[in-house]
Amino acid sequence: MSIGLLFFVFILAIFLGVELISKVPSQLHTPLMSGTNAISGITIVGALTAAGSGADIFGSVLGVLALIFATVNVVGGYLVTNRMLAMFKRKDGEQK
Amino acid sequence: MTDYSEALINLGYIIASILFILGIKMLGKPQLARRGNLVSSSGMLVAIVSALFECCLSFTWVIAGLIIGALIGVIAAYRVKMTSMPQLVAILNGFGGIASLLVGWENYHSQPDSILFVRIAVLLAVFIGGVAFSGSLVAYGKLAEKISGRPVSFRGQLLLNAAIVILILICSVLFAYNPSAFYAYALFLLFILLSLTLGVMGVIPIGGADMPVVIALLNSYSGLAACAAGFIITNNVLIVAGALVGASGLILTGIMCKAMNRSLGNVLFGGLKAGPDKADRAQIQGEPKPVSFEDAYYILEAAGSVVFVPGYGMAVAQAQHAVRELGEILEKNGAEVRYAIHPVAGRMPGHMNVLLAEANVVYEQLAEMDDVNPIMDSVDVCIVIGANDVVNPSAREVASSPIYGMPIINADRAKTVIVLKRSMAAGFAGVENPLFVRENTRMLFGDAKATLQRLITEFKES
Repeated sequence: MSIGLLFFVFILAIFLGVELISKVPSQLHTPLMSGTNAISGITIVGALTAAGSGADIFGSVLGVLALIFATVNVVGGYLVTNRMLAMFKRKDGEQK
Repeated sequence: MTDYSEALINLGYIIASILFILGIKMLGKPQLARRGNLVSSSGMLVAIVSALFECCLSFTWVIAGLIIGALIGVIAAYRVKMTSMPQLVAILNGFGGIASLLVGWENYHSQPDSILFVRIAVLLAVFIGGVAFSGSLVAYGKLAEKISGRPVSFRGQLLLNAAIVILILICSVLFAYNPSAFYAYALFLLFILLSLTLGVMGVIPIGGADMPVVIALLNSYSGLAACAAGFIITNNVLIVAGALVGASGLILTGIMCKAMNRSLGNVLFGGLKAGPDKADRAQIQGEPKPVSFEDAYYILEAAGSVVFVPGYGMAVAQAQHAVRELGEILEKNGAEVRYAIHPVAGRMPGHMNVLLAEANVVYEQLAEMDDVNPIMDSVDVCIVIGANDVVNPSAREVASSPIYGMPIINADRAKTVIVLKRSMAAGFAGVENPLFVRENTRMLFGDAKATLQRLITEFKES
């Protein structure tokens, strides 16, 4: 993939992010933060590549450590966000 | 690998990106937020499965890593108390940062002779990931009160930081252009160390009350670190997801700064002057008027409308359930009950909302600052629970006050204000609060939870 194309995607994604999140009610600030925090665990894809293809033992160790940290970030982040959002309730009992 | 399977893997990454975008969009809407989180997590699953198809020479390591990480994540997510949420978010964020750092390190370790572009991406992933990691650890320590929440400053701090930044720049230039020199690995390790140090140095001078800004900013960093990792392995899904997180973190940071009427630079480097200055102190005359539980009960019993203003003190005392119980009793008594929440109350963005939601306060009763301020004049009783700076009228009235200009909840405009407070100490910003000595203010000293329970008993017994 060409370098220019990567940058193109990057710039577009930044703009998209700004558009998506410009107005968020304050009661959702924490879930939004921990939810996006879980998404930043996407580095797990890089960690998978690293863990599965280390050149030597030390490389593999680095990769596996990266994988463990990223997995904690992903799993913990999504679960705790879900737990938080499950608590937000409306009067009629419907969950939001 | 055949073209066919590569196309499928790429399709997986595209689907994952779409799910992330939809998920984030839904996370910003109250009715859809929970589904949004589900959508974005299924995006993550698709991304992981796609990566498994192309990544691995050996699965033993990979499976072990996934299982260990998942176990820790599940335990952390289910065992954490809602009052400890800020530190959990901080540490998870740090883990994302260190993961990106390690991805960069592994890439350099296994392929030291990569092209210049990849080397720069490695440096960025290590730098941003390292700052996010060590910064988040310090934030974690401050939030969990394992280290002092006070701003740490010493002589020459700015100079030292500048020196670190310059060293980082020198290291990165030397490294980028001589990756196969005999000293390159040493330079790289030094670079890691310096990045980690910079993260620590960046967060220690920031006080506990400014933590919402710092957490939001670090959140943005870990996204950008993932982005850099995406440039290393030339994978678009990392770039898209990382950029989305980076942007959302920056927007939240902006919202938090605006709520404190301060610039990001001021939060990161300025800090507030410690202690009230003389002009500020001169404004405060009069004595706080303590009130007995019985009198407080009579005031509340007669109230037709009540607004609660929670702050970090409510979180410390874990008083959210008691607050809700008193709120329900007042409602049964015929009062209109609302909870007014300042955007930076607590230690992370939206902290109070999470705690009150945990205590089953319904969404309709949670009011934002701008909604509740216009009607404050008609409110009979405003109960301030462990909040201080966010209800300090100096921000509105005293031009010399360090927090002057910060938007506040106008608790002082209510007909009667009852303040629940442990002692007469100044708030985290170190600013005296004239609200406590106003004519219409009554003080209830003591632990917030115990105080609320006494009030609840008064209602039950009569």
